[in-house]
Order: sequence, then C-alpha cells, then structure tokens
Amino acid sequence: MAVQTVPDSVDHSNPGTQKAPAFELRASSFTLPVIRLLALDIDAVEAELAPKVEQAPGFFQNAPVVIELGALPPQGGSVAFPQLVGVLRGLGMIPVGVRGGSTQQNEAARAMELAILGDNGRTSRAAAEPWAERAAPAASPPAAEVQAQPAEAPGHVGSLLIDRPVRSGQRIYAAGGDLTVVGPVSSGAELMADGNIHVYGPLRGRVIAGLQGDLSARIFCRDLQAELVSVAGHYRVSENIPAELKGHSVQVFLDHDVLRIEPMG
Amino acid sequence: MARTIVITSGKGGVGKTTTAAAMAMGLAQRGHRTVVIDFDVGLRNLDLIMGCERRVVYDFVNVINGEANLNQALIRDKRCDSLYVLPASQTRDKEALTPEGVGKVLEELSKGHDYIVCDSPAGIEHGATMAMYFADDAVVVTNPEVSSVRDSDRMLGILSSKSRRAKQGDEPIKEHLLLTRYSADRVERGEMLGVDDVQEILSLNLLGVIPESQAVLNASNAGIPVVLDNASNAGQAYNDMVARYLGEDLPMRFLATERKGIFSRLFRG
Repeated sequence: MAVQTVPDSVDHSNPGTQKAPAFELRASSFTLPVIRLLALDIDAVEAELAPKVEQAPGFFQNAPVVIELGALPPQGGSVAFPQLVGVLRGLGMIPVGVRGGSTQQNEAARAMELAILGDNGRTSRAAAEPWAERAAPAASPPAAEVQAQPAEAPGHVGSLLIDRPVRSGQRIYAAGGDLTVVGPVSSGAELMADGNIHVYGPLRGRVIAGLQGDLSARIFCRDLQAELVSVAGHYRVSENIPAELKGHSVQVFLDHDVLRIEPMG
Repeated sequence: MARTIVITSGKGGVGKTTTAAAMAMGLAQRGHRTVVIDFDVGLRNLDLIMGCERRVVYDFVNVINGEANLNQALIRDKRCDSLYVLPASQTRDKEALTPEGVGKVLEELSKGHDYIVCDSPAGIEHGATMAMYFADDAVVVTNPEVSSVRDSDRMLGILSSKSRRAKQGDEPIKEHLLLTRYSADRVERGEMLGVDDVQEILSLNLLGVIPESQAVLNASNAGIPVVLDNASNAGQAYNDMVARYLGEDLPMRFLATERKGIFSRLFRG
C-alpha cells in the first residue's frame, strides 16, 4: 500500500504536540485467482492443480488465492483445510481466504487463519469507500478488502457473451469458459477467459485466453489491432505482431510453446 | 419527470461547459423548462459561461447541506425565462457531493423542469461519477485527437457500468457523441482525426460536430452561451445539436473545408 500524504483535515494548529500520522487506513480492491472446489478430495485437487502450475509457474508463484466453497455439494461434509492449505502452499500459492462456505466450513477455515470473504454482491463502489465508513467485520481479510473478481465482471462462471462495446478500462473475465464479444473491444480494455476468446468487432484491447494455463485455448478475431494477445501465459505485444496481419481475420494459438498468429479465410 | 442529461468527457478542456451551456440554453429557447447544474465543485466555470457570476448567492453544496433551499440557489437566466442555473461552490471540494444529497436535489428539480443538464468535471473521480450517476442521457464531448477519444471511451465504460441505471439493471443510459473543436482543414492535412475515424473507434450515435471557432472563446469571455450567436458556425452547429437531441433529423454541417474569399475572411464569425 502506498504511503499517503497527510490529509488536509488534520489539525496543524498545535505543531508542538500534534504528531503527523504514521499511516492511513485505506480500502483497495484486488483481482485474485479463485480456486473453486468442486469435490472434497484434496488429493484429486492436487493431482489436477500441479500440472497447471507447472504450465504457468510465474502466474502462481506467491500468488494469493481465494478458495471458493459455494460449488461444493450442499450437505457437504468438512473440507480438510489443513491439507488443502498445505497443498496450495506447496505449489507456491498463498491461500488468503475462503468464500461462499457454510458456517462450519467458515469455522474450520478460520481455524487455519483463512479470512472469510464476502460474496460477489459486494460492489466495487463499496470496496472503494474509505475503510472507516464500514464496520469492519471481526474476521476481516488481512490485506484490506479482497475482491476476488474483476470489478466489471461480477463473478461469472462458464461461457460469457458480451453484445455491447467493451470500453477502455473495462475488464471482462469468463472464468471456466469461453468469452465471445460481438461488438468492438477498445484500446485499454482487457478480455480474459479460461477458454477461447472470440471477438467479432475490431479488437484493439488486450486479450488473454487460457488464463489458468489451458494450452489449447485460442483467440479468434475478425479485425486484429490488439495491444496484446496471450494464450496460457505466452504473449505478444502489438509491436511484435506482424504489420501484415493487422486488420485481418486471424486466430492465435500455441503450437509447441510457440505463439502463432495465423490468418483465417 | 425531467430527463437528466450529463455532459461528460473524461478529458479536460474539450468543451464540456460550453456544451452544457449551449444544450441548456438551446432546450430552454425551445420552450422546455431547463436547469443546468455545475458539478465542478471547487473549479466552477459554468456561471461565467452563462454570464451570471455576479448573481451567485447560494450554491449546489449549500442546497445539499440544507443551508439554503433550491429556490434561493437557482439563478434565473436573464435572456430566457425557462432556464435556471445551479452554480457549484468554489470553496468546497467534490466530496461535498454525496449520492443522497445529489439524488435529493435532482429529484426536487425534476418536479418543476423538463430537462436537467449536468455539467461534469473532468476526470473519472468522485465529481464526474456523481454528475453521471443519475443520468438518463449522456453527451460525450470529444476532440478529434487520440487522447481525448481514449478518455471518452473510458468514460463510456463507466457510464455503462457505474450509473444508477446500470446498477439497478434499468435500460442503459442513452449515449451520444459530440465532436468539438473540429477543424476540417487540419483533418484534410491529416493532422486531426476525422469524424469517421472517431466514429469507428467509439461506435456511437453522433449528435453533432462543432467546428473550432473563435466565436466560442468570444462567447465565453462575454458570458453569452455560443448557441445564441447564430451568425457563427459554432452557434449554428450547437443549434443543430439541440434539434437532433430533440429528434430532428438534420445533416451534419461544417465537415468540409470552406473556400474562403476575402470577405468571408474579414467577416468570419
């Protein structure tokens, strides 16, 4: 957190006794990867997660992650948090909290010093408000407000279709699926998907397919003017995209760890 | 119920206040009861452009804080009976604009008026988000150059995600593009983006193109909204803009370079 200057409202009338404050409480929002548990078998989680981490080690190294419990079967049973935390830490991640759990699950998570995070309903505005204005819950996350999804893409899971222009500064993330944008994507906008990304208007923003490391993900677009294209961590910025491909219909994919941009039809 | 129009841009100095004054005056001249509000708390200018700076007693923030009622703060325009100005406070900062306070003032204004024009400050911070939050329509003022176009694009994203309409899942804000400070000469020489280029990037309904004109500066200095200067290109273009906003279908003017004779050089408005 950046050190803030002393706010205007501080009383300077008595400089002899008035000490400048050493810190300021602020709320800030972060985009964190979410591990959505679908089963209670932690060994299976480890078996599936390890290869993903291997594919994109830079992405996961020291990455704070949130464990999502909402997708577990309702009658549930207990989550082996000590084992899960051990697995995640072993893979280089820093589990910081859980979300969407039952009361017992939250208790168990708290015992492992995991924070209980709010649901997606929390808007970006609420996160931007000064800390003091909200009553801090007893089990606040250690690193201020943690918002597990991008501000403009409220917790969407599965494939996603956007039929309006994606403007500069907007981020859209299709977690666990494909993302299709029918309109234009402006310079300064960011599209992310765990699967493929399709863009039918001019593509001028940044596109990241296979965000969680899916090597088979592809990007398809009709008018390539992107600032950056990336598949599973392999990327190219605009400068390195051949000029003859700009403005054309292309697909972007990985071919033996090499990012290829090929014209289409 | 009044319709609330926000005049916004992201970037500063593109002509928001000039446009807000022109829009408000144009609507009022056509008989609509209109109020124009300066949201630029701390850097107010609308009162100067409207020529009412010497009649400001109470302001927007006074009303929000309950220190004055609306009738005390509203300034009736001397040229047009159906136009009122609600000036910003020059001595406070933008934090004085609370969502509840702004909402209450707009609701009260909405009872006695047909249109509420909100002049947004530059930037995308609190003042600008407050100005656009309650809007029904947005006029995004853009200069034909890349940084202004990008900032407008960013503002459009904010309009579609952070407004009240977006948050309540209502019909989205109706967005319009207004190109200002357009110079056909410079477009022809390739020094400026053309209308089509900007349209291509922003893909938005074009409400008007205002040519770069000395008349705008003269009007600002004199405190007369340029829309009243019907001899000037800019005044006519603003009148077209208001007519288009109200549903008239007019061709875009002043897009081509004019061949200037010696007389038009001398008497150019």
